[in-house]
Amino acid sequence: MQEVSTEKKEFVPNIVAFCCNWCSYAGADLAGSSRLSYPANVKIIRVPCSCRVNPTFVLKAFQQGADGVILCGCHPGDCHYVTGNYYTRRRMALLFSFLNYMGIEKERTRVEWVSAAEGARFSAVMNDFVKTVTALGENKRLTDLRVKEGE
Amino acid sequence: MKDVEMKMLERAKQLLESGEVARVIGWKKGEFFYDPTPASFETVDELKDFVYDWFCGANLSKYLIQMSKKEGKTAVFLKPCDTYSFNQLVKEHRIKRENVYVIAVECLAKLNIEAIKEKTDGIVKSVDVEDKDVKVVTTNGEYTLYKPEVVLSKCAVCNKTHQAKDEEIILHERPERDVNRFEEVEKLEAMTEDERFAFWKGQLSKCIRCNACRNVCPACSCVKCVFDNPHSGIAAKANDSEFEEQLFHVIRAFHVAGRCTDCGECSRVCPQHIPLHLLNRKFIKDIDGLYGEFQAGETDEGKTPLTSYTEGDIEPKDVFNGEAK
Ligand code: SF4
Ligand code: SF4
Repeated sequence: MQEVSTEKKEFVPNIVAFCCNWCSYAGADLAGSSRLSYPANVKIIRVPCSCRVNPTFVLKAFQQGADGVILCGCHPGDCHYVTGNYYTRRRMALLFSFLNYMGIEKERTRVEWVSAAEGARFSAVMNDFVKTVTALGENKRLTDLRVKEGE
Repeated sequence: MKDVEMKMLERAKQLLESGEVARVIGWKKGEFFYDPTPASFETVDELKDFVYDWFCGANLSKYLIQMSKKEGKTAVFLKPCDTYSFNQLVKEHRIKRENVYVIAVECLAKLNIEAIKEKTDGIVKSVDVEDKDVKVVTTNGEYTLYKPEVVLSKCAVCNKTHQAKDEEIILHERPERDVNRFEEVEKLEAMTEDERFAFWKGQLSKCIRCNACRNVCPACSCVKCVFDNPHSGIAAKANDSEFEEQLFHVIRAFHVAGRCTDCGECSRVCPQHIPLHLLNRKFIKDIDGLYGEFQAGETDEGKTPLTSYTEGDIEPKDVFNGEAK
């Protein structure tokens, strides 16, 4: 019989980061070219603008196994499309507050503004987010909100 | 209520006979006395089934999406809460306002037959209302119930007044009351994350995905819905492990956020008695608290909170820091 290892593997969270093309994605680029590291488990999805992120994108990411979702865009006032991130700010404030109301840990969701010149900030934000989500552990809730007890 | 019904019937007859309108939308007798259903009456003869009683909770506004596009005018009886949905639909260009004749009718709160059945034994034979007393006769005996305890959940916290009307039939005014519609939301907010999750998981796993809540919702009026479109990537009928199945309620709640008038129809029709209005009331409460008070459907123009912004809006991360807002 095969030995079952009782040793617990260290938990490495799955993080999805939606980054706008003009600021945050460029910020991530700058972090890379400045040789600043951010955790490899952050999966970046490039979007034209943070307001392109439909709430269902966030939900789908969680449902497909993300442990944390972060949205990054230009600082308010600096949006490439002038006002996109203002809409993002309202939407996500409401969505994240709502998810917390349903019992989803509030630390699993985040919005941060990162400009193209802020490579160091990008790296710091990601490191911090990964640390927070790692401490929380696996996200089970959003994958099984409707699965009956005992299933 | 009988006197109001008589007046409404009379008016409906006049409007049809004179040809002022091509149809009247109201309620007609259901299979049982407590389940009147929305109906369109095109002739005086059809009006013999017309009713307006303590069980006419159904919101008629959504029917106007189709009816207002037909030839001729459509007259409709709207209760206070229904007029908000009506305005919202006009604002979203779903109802042709010029084709509708709105008759505002009084509403002194509607009864919830499920609550009545729960509080009585035997088969319900008749229900009469006298002020705050609800007199119920069943096969097992007679009961007197306290009306505020057996009204629909939406009526229990309603203080709405008509926001749209071309004429009115109001014989009795409902006195303004001191109600806090956010009480239940506040209770949930005061719980821990774990408790809230347990609560919602318990509720939502009862859902049989009959789609009644979506179908009845006046804010859910898309011609093509993601939940029906097999190419949307989130539709999968009766499949428990698919995205839409698990997150149906979250997606729907967000979709109508800022447009939901709190008409309470979703909770009224849910066969599983899931308190769906508590989902949207959270959005309403947050919007009120974060962006200033807003009541969808109060007018038929203007921007909604999710289609506008201010430069000084709160940052998402601060929404949690300020505790439950
Ligand atoms: S009405 Fe109730 S059971 Fe039907 S889909 Fe909506 S929540 Fe589910
Ligand atoms: S979500 Fe419910 S309360 Fe809101 S508009 Fe739709 S049916 Fe009415």
